[in-house]
Formats: sequence, C-alpha cells, structure tokens
Amino acid sequence: MSKSKEKLVEVRNLKKHFKVGRKQILKAVDGLTFDIYKGETFGLVGESGSGKSTAGRTIMRLYDATEGQVMFKGKSVHGKKTKDELKELNQNMQMIFQDPYASLNPRMTVMDIIAEGLDIHGLVKTKEERQRKVNELLKIVGLNEEHANRYPHEFSGGQRQRIGIARALAVEPEFIVADEPISALDVSIQAQVVNLLKRLQEERGLTYLFIAHDLSMVRHISDRVGVMYLGKMMEIAPSDKLYTSPLHPYTRALLSAVPIPDPEVERKRERIQIKGELPSPINPPSGCVFRTRCPFAKDVCAKEVPAFAEYRDGQWAACHMHDERFKEHFKSDLEKIQ
Amino acid sequence: MKKVLEVKDLSVSFHTYGGEVQAVRGVSFDLYEGETLAIVGESGSGKSVTAQSIMQLIAQPPGEYKSGSIILDGEDLLKKTEAEMQHIRGQEIGMVFQDPMTSLNPTMTIGKQIAEGLIKHQKLSRQEAYERAIELLHLVGIPNPEKRIKQYPHEFSGGMRQRAMIAIALSCNPKILIADEPTTALDVTIQAQILDLLKRLQKEMNTAIIIITHDLGVVANIADRVAVMYGGKIVETGEVDDIFYHPKHPYTWGLLASMPKLNEIKEELQSIPGTPPDLKAPPKGCPFVTRCPYAMKVCDEHMPPYTNVRNKQQTACWLLDERAPKVEPPAHIMAGGLTNDE
Amino acid sequence: MSQQTIKQSDFTPIQYTEAETEKIVGESTSYWKDAWRRFKKNKLAIGGVIIIILLAVMSLAGPYMTEYNYYENDLINANQSPSAEHWFGTDNLGRDMFARTWEGAKISLFIGLTAAIIDLIIGVIWGSVSGYIGGRVDEIMMRIADILSALPYLLVVILLMVVMPQGLWTLILAMTITGWINMARIVRGEVMRLKNEEYVLAAKSLGASTTRIIARHLVPNMLGPILVTLTLTVPSAIFTEAFLSFLGLGVPAPLASWGTMTSDGLASLRYYPYQLFFPAFFISLTMLAFNVVGDGLRDAFDPKDKR
Repeated sequence: MSKSKEKLVEVRNLKKHFKVGRKQILKAVDGLTFDIYKGETFGLVGESGSGKSTAGRTIMRLYDATEGQVMFKGKSVHGKKTKDELKELNQNMQMIFQDPYASLNPRMTVMDIIAEGLDIHGLVKTKEERQRKVNELLKIVGLNEEHANRYPHEFSGGQRQRIGIARALAVEPEFIVADEPISALDVSIQAQVVNLLKRLQEERGLTYLFIAHDLSMVRHISDRVGVMYLGKMMEIAPSDKLYTSPLHPYTRALLSAVPIPDPEVERKRERIQIKGELPSPINPPSGCVFRTRCPFAKDVCAKEVPAFAEYRDGQWAACHMHDERFKEHFKSDLEKIQ
Repeated sequence: MKKVLEVKDLSVSFHTYGGEVQAVRGVSFDLYEGETLAIVGESGSGKSVTAQSIMQLIAQPPGEYKSGSIILDGEDLLKKTEAEMQHIRGQEIGMVFQDPMTSLNPTMTIGKQIAEGLIKHQKLSRQEAYERAIELLHLVGIPNPEKRIKQYPHEFSGGMRQRAMIAIALSCNPKILIADEPTTALDVTIQAQILDLLKRLQKEMNTAIIIITHDLGVVANIADRVAVMYGGKIVETGEVDDIFYHPKHPYTWGLLASMPKLNEIKEELQSIPGTPPDLKAPPKGCPFVTRCPYAMKVCDEHMPPYTNVRNKQQTACWLLDERAPKVEPPAHIMAGGLTNDE
Repeated sequence: MSQQTIKQSDFTPIQYTEAETEKIVGESTSYWKDAWRRFKKNKLAIGGVIIIILLAVMSLAGPYMTEYNYYENDLINANQSPSAEHWFGTDNLGRDMFARTWEGAKISLFIGLTAAIIDLIIGVIWGSVSGYIGGRVDEIMMRIADILSALPYLLVVILLMVVMPQGLWTLILAMTITGWINMARIVRGEVMRLKNEEYVLAAKSLGASTTRIIARHLVPNMLGPILVTLTLTVPSAIFTEAFLSFLGLGVPAPLASWGTMTSDGLASLRYYPYQLFFPAFFISLTMLAFNVVGDGLRDAFDPKDKR
C-alpha cells in the first residue's frame, strides 16, 4: 500500500532519556529505527507509557535526542543549525496536538493563531493577504471567515482540532506529526478529522506520522504501523498484515483487546489475555521488555534482547519466537497461534 | 424480570454565567435486575449528568432538577434528603467513576476506604470489615490482598485503582452499579480486563449495571440493552442486537458508520457533519436536525414521539411516521461494511 | 403533542448548509471581556474599587479641604475632639487630624503602590527567567530567593534602618527586599506550567523565537494571576508600613503616615480614642478594599463553575 519508496524521514537508533531525580533514568524512547516514505501515513501505536508521544516530539525537535539520529530528506534534524536551516525545517515539519483545548492559545483569536506561522516566516506581506490566506485555510478545514475573530473557547472540540490543522497547514509543510489528534474527540467528530486528514494528504501529498493508542483508527488511516512498548519498537508491518498476521505476541494481545462494535463478534471472540500491567520504564525488564506479560515467555527472553528483524516481507518484529536460533523453544506456541 | 430502577421524564439544568444549560431534557428509562444497560452518547449528550442524577451527585446550585422522578423500591430518589441519600449511596447503588485517581482518597489506605462503607452501612466491626475488604480485593482480582489493603492509592496502577474502585462500589452488595466511563482513562489491554471483571461480577452477584460510555466497542462487549443519547434526550433505545443490526435513528446510523472496525478495511469513514447543539439554546424539535441528512421541515419544529419498532426498541424519529418519505438506512449498516454513500 | 398541527407538507426534506451546521451562537468574547463581565457582577469587588478610588482622590484633595495643614503645631488646641473646626479633631501637638489623615493616606498609598510595582518588576523578571530557563539556573535563582526569605525579616529591616537614614525610600527598600519573592514564585510557577502547554509547543514547532513565545504566549496567559497578586501586595505593603511605623521605624516627623498616626494615637487611647480610631479605621478600610478587589479579580479570571 505504501505509495513510494522515497524515504522522507529516517529514524536511526533514536533514544530519549529523561533524568528522574538524582540517579534514575527514564528511558522513554530507547532505540527506535524506522523509515517514513514520502506520501505515506506511518501509524505509531502503543499504550500510555510506551514512549510514542516522546518519540513524536523528539522527531519534531521539541526534545533533544539523547542518542541516535533523525534525518529529514537526508539531513539531520538534531544538532546545531543555522537560522536558514531551522527555518526550512520548521516550515517542512509540522505538528498536530492531542488536546484541542490545550493546543490553542486562549488569549488569541483564531485569525492570529492560524496566521502565527505566516507571521513568523514572513509568508504574507500585507494585512489583506494575511486575512485572505487565513480565510482560505479556514475554508479548507470546513470553517468559514465568520470564525476568524472568535476565541478558541467558543469552539467545540472538533472545530478546535480543525483550527489546529489549519495552523499547521499555513506554512505548507511536507511532513506532519499528528500526536493523538483524535483521542480527545467524540467518535462522530473523530471521523470528520480523520477524513479531513486523508483528503489533505491526497490533495497536497502530505506525509504523516500518526500517533495513537486506538488500533482500529490507526489501522484505518495508516499504510504502515509501528507498535511500541516501553520505549521500544515491537513490530512494524503494513497495516493489513498487522491485523491478519501479527508477528509479535504484544501486537496480538493488543489487537485482541480492542472491542469491536459488533455484539455478535464480541460474544464469539476469544481473547488473548495479557497478564498484569506495564512495568516501570525506569527499571525495565531485562532482555525482552514485554516478557513479564508475554504468555509465551521463555528463559531466553530474559537473557537476551531480541533483535529487530524483518521476518516477512515488510514485516519487522523484535521477538525470539521468530528467530531461527530459538524457534525450537517456541514450537508448541507457534503451532497454537497458527 | 424485576424492575429495579425507573427513571421518568428526568430534566436537569445547570445555571451558568452564559445562561441555563439544559443538560438533560426529559429522559425516561427502566433498569431490570441483573441486566446491563449502556447509555451511549457523545460529550455533552447528557449521559453523565443522567448517571450522576441517579446518585444525586449534582451540586445545587449550579445544577437543578427541573422535573421527573427516579424510582427505586417505590420511592422517589429526587425527594430524598441528603442524609437519606447517603444511606442509599453505596448500600443500594454503587458507583465507579472515569478517573480512578481522583475518585480515591489519596490520604487513606485502600483497605480503610473499602472498610469505611462496610462499617457505616453494614454495621460490621472493624475487624470484620477489613476481612471483608481482603475478600473483596481478591474478588476483583487484585493479587496479595492482605498486603494491598495497607497501601495507598498512589501505590496502585491505573487498572488496579479501578479494580479497587469496583471493590468499594460493590462492597455492600448494591442492587445497582453505575459505571461512568469506567475504562476511558485506561489502556485497551487493561480495559479488556476491567470489562471481563464487570461481566464476571455481574454474573456472580446479579447486580444491574448502568454503564455510561462513548465507545460502541465497549457497548457491544458488555451491554444487554442500549440507550442512545443526543442533545440531552434519548433518541433510540433497544436491545443491543437491535441497536447494532436494526438501528432506526439516523444518529445511530451515523455513530455506527463513523467507527472504524478492526476486522474490516474501507477507504473512507462516514462522518457526521457539524457539531452537537448548544444546550443553552436547545433546538425546538429534534436535537439532531442540523446534522441529519434526512432532515425534514417537521423535525425543525417538533420533537418526534417515540415509535415502538420491535421487541423493546423505541426510536424518536419522524422518519418512522407514515407520512414521511421512505428512507433506507445506509446499506453499509445492514451489510456490516462501510461505504461512503454521499 | 398535537398530531393535527403537523401537516403532510411538513415532511418535505430540508437541507442545512455547512455554515449553519458549524454556526456558533452567541457573541464573540475575549478573555478580558469575559473577566470584566464577571467582575462587574461582583458587587463587593466593585464597592472595593469605588472605595480605593475615593481614598486616592481624598489623599490628593483632602489636605486642601481644610485651612489647617498637617505639620503646624498648635499646642493651645491640642487633643481636641472632632468638631466643625477640626473635623477629625487634633492630636497632642494640636495638628489637624483631618489634614494629617489624608496626608498619611498619600504616603501610605504611595508606599503600598510603589512597593507593589517594584515587587512586580523584580518578581516578573526573576520568576520568568528562572522558570523559562529551568535546570541549574532555576535552582540557583530559587535558592537565592529562599535564603532571602529565610532571613529574620525584622532584623534585616532594623539593620537597614541603622545603616540608612530614616525615610520613605528606606522604608520602601525594606519592604521590597523580600517582598518580590512571592511574586517571583508565582510567576515562576505560571511560566513552568505554561511553557509545557501544547500551544507553546505548537508555537515552537512553527519556529517561534523565545521572545515571541514569552511575549505572545506566556505573558498574556499569566496576566491574570499577576494582577491578582499585585492587588493583594498593596494592602500587605500598607500593613507592613503601619507595622514598622508602629515600632518607631516609620517615616520621620513631621511626615504622617497611617502607621505613625496609629502609633501616636495609641499613647492617648484612654483619653482621646478618636486619635487612634481614624488612622486605624482607614488602614482597615484600605486593606479590606484591596482584598475584596483582589478576590474579585481572582474569581473573574479563574471562575470555578465556568462551563
């Protein structure tokens, strides 16, 4: 399903660690490697505490990377930049935020909010041009010029999120990180926003990194999906494959936990229950981080960190179960899954 | 089946600086022994206010009960004093909230918070109450309950806290459990655990559950009956299969169509255009009229009456009037597949 | 519902345009307009504003309303009760209390306002630098503030009075030496809260400069709490002035402040209670007025039951 093979964003062994207190270190993102191709939507899913949002913000340069690299069009995003380089990056990479109530400055009118990028980069010369551009953007996201002089608190959640999208679009970026853009919205409104994002992608050839915890929505919008757990990537797969033939036990458990809006299906469904809850990211389990909750965990999982490898076409996973060296141990489990 | 709760024509308003917000406008429903009723709706639909009204948790002011009655055991809860309600809360009706962190007292041990209700309502001794607390924690699937009752809420994870909340809510064997978005703040894997727990406990204790949610997946998983709320009114109610497979209200159609399903792929989601009505100035007629693709003149002026459709399904929509043009629901609803039929 | 009134023709489909489905009812209100609307409804706070205005006007006009001035002794007419001649009576040196009260008001209000403004300037700069930069810098700056506020206040003031000549500016310095810390802490807290707001992150990812973020995003969003703190600093400065004057550390004679007048009045409380009553009354009134205005502003900026 991916639309081209031209890499737009390359993430290489990206790490973001936070200091907690004096000695402890929280490894929010711990060695991510993946590519995002031009024109595709890459979905990043995980539960709270998986580090998906931190990953998004680090890619956006809102956080400095502890280790590793993010390349945008072949150029490193982090590190020292000249003013022009920064400007180019800021125009090309934009972000849509989760909370439509917190992401708009309550003291600014919608006009000023949307025009902020235009002002910063000097993209409009006159007041009339600014106004025309803002009205145009409002129309693109399904609002109209009457809304321009109002304040954020007068809008509903879905409308605010569309204002946030208009703000990001103003500088005409190529790449947008959407950090849980629909989690705070009602279902009928979620569909509005997702459809809008899809339409914009078709019209403008945008590339998205779509971060979410809702697997069904991610699967719907994404070409490829990455599944994160405790700061690490567990699996990357084309979105149809992820559902039909997941490799990683965590992906499997996650998929089986999502309730499907169909009572008949729900009654017949058998769940893979995963035990317990997320371990602390300050003190993650040794070896495979998922092993404490994995129904198939073996001794080897505690001893050795599984390699992130391509086990099927385009489908990568970090699990010993599929590793030739350990396949023996997992024979019965693999049969059960098939 | 025995009726345990009857809500009749409930209307609740809030007085704010901007004017009177008519959050709930004439809601009626019944609850039967041992069943699970899901109240589904978007934010601002009035579903949480309805739930809180049953427990009389609406602060007055700014809230005000404009009309209606809530009958439990032949008595109207709206006429009870605060002291009487304190007896009913916990004893007759238990409640679980969305955010398990803020609904537990951070300065008290979990054990004490469970035991408190038992000592007060069931007149147990301190020792008996703590023994029962251990039993309850065990029942809701918290490992090491003997150790856990001595811990404080911050030592529990989100899912464990919600389990503890459920233990508190069920400690006095209430007839009714109200769960207000109990899994919204939790991750999917934990959500699945909590839903399973609720189902198991219901079977064991024969409690009637009212679950408030916006997630149709949760509804499909747990509910026997569904009430769909929009703009402060119930627009459609019926058994879960009828609501999912034979919905009659365009809003229900829209809701079902706007949910992506994990087991199907489709190109575009059907969205409902526009925004919910402002309940400071609620529409005279059907609240859904401005967003309904089948809106008629009459919808604008008159609230549609409830039409009995099948079994227990009731729908408030003018399309069901014999004079209305015949409208087929979008094909994808019936087929189970979603297509864009614009 | 009367079915008769509904005609067949009512069942014709209608279409809503996008403009109608996205329509927002109600007039557009900015945050400030909204706050002002709420403040206006608070009768007590409006009363406080009126009192403050009256006090300010009287502090300027009062001394000219009587033929007596505040400094001339008239020992023959000492300790006179309030009368048509001396509206608030005279003190033990025969000085007109009415003139002195309003002269005192001038000084007390001046001290209060000046101290508050100096607190504001130092506090906002210190607090926002500390909060925005964070880390090491924040730690050092806040420790300095902690140390300052840990020093025994009275000792510092008395030492200061020893080193510097007794006077108005010494008094103001004594008050602001630790007074700004409260403002700095509040501003720092606000900055730390606001700098992680998503709209600030959004501005950052649009490439906004630090100056732009502070000026357009941080300051407008913390003006509310700053204004409230400012309003509440004034009465506490006035009170501190009164307190220091009472200990004999106030403005030198013949200058009058409410504090020195209270101090003088106390000596003759048993025989001439009015000498204490007037300054004490006005101190209380001023403090009350500023406090209700401050509370009113807080409610207006941060309404709890706003839906």
